[in-house]
Amino acid sequence: MIYALVPTQFTPPGPIDFEYPGIAGTFVTKPMLIIVLGSVAVAWFLWAASRRAAIVPGKLQYTGEALYGFVRNQIAIDSIGREGIKYVPYLATLFFFVAALNISGIIPLVQFPATSRIAIPLFLAIITWAIFNYIGMRRVGVGHYFKAMMFPPGIPKPVYVLLAPIELLSTFFFRPITLCLRLTFNMFAGHLVLLLSILGGEYLLTKTGGVVGYAAGSVSILGGIVLTAFEGFVQLLQAYVFTLLSALYIGGALADEH
Amino acid sequence: MSGTVNGSLNMIGYGLAAIGPGVGIGLIFAAYINGVARQPEARSVLQGIAILGFALAEALAIIGIGLAFALK
Repeated sequence: MIYALVPTQFTPPGPIDFEYPGIAGTFVTKPMLIIVLGSVAVAWFLWAASRRAAIVPGKLQYTGEALYGFVRNQIAIDSIGREGIKYVPYLATLFFFVAALNISGIIPLVQFPATSRIAIPLFLAIITWAIFNYIGMRRVGVGHYFKAMMFPPGIPKPVYVLLAPIELLSTFFFRPITLCLRLTFNMFAGHLVLLLSILGGEYLLTKTGGVVGYAAGSVSILGGIVLTAFEGFVQLLQAYVFTLLSALYIGGALADEH
Repeated sequence: MSGTVNGSLNMIGYGLAAIGPGVGIGLIFAAYINGVARQPEARSVLQGIAILGFALAEALAIIGIGLAFALK
């Protein structure tokens, strides 16, 4: 009996749902438009929030200052230290850009997280990677940077055989790769789950029908609504995590052990 | 009873691979809750550490889902 409920012609959503045809030529696609709109929205928001800075802030100014202050105090100063204030412009840009492109996944009518296309997180991860390596090398010199990274003091000599290649791989390959993949596949998996619960629920309600179809379809659609709220939380959390890890890598390059 | 299940074994592999990070993330937040329960004023310090540990453990599950889709 259970098998009769499984609709054979329902095609579950997959990676193909992330491929958008070009709107005008192959260059202008939906993710590309979302990047442009997201950047414009962030720029407008920050401009409007800081345009008429008053001693008693209005709602907009208060929101803008609270978010910027969060990046400055909770991310930059907490994980880098006072020196971190220099890097707040980069970290804040990163946070607002990633948050805007993530949250586009639950904005009605847009409903596609542009960061689920790997190019965008990869690009941001490469910038972070270049910045923290450049800072570390400029501070102590290239040779000493590699030496401090691969041969931290106070460890028995034979362990270095194992430790040095692991540290090298970890800093130069796994840091940017995991930074990129974490954001991409969080958004990818989240969008896939939303697609599945909404499309599956719609299919159950409209095509399967019957008591079981209506009951299961309603639960699926309700689950989709709850998951949308949860997805919004995950999207903001991932923007925070991306910025926090970037700040920690920069802080690591600035730390005295190096 | 003619039902066939289509799909990729990759997803079962991913399900198994997600057990490890799942246990890890559970342990991280268990420790975080324990810490906050014992010392509520340490919450702000522990929060950042807990999120960081969560992000690092989660990377394993994320690499898993990436490979599940990438390796056909």
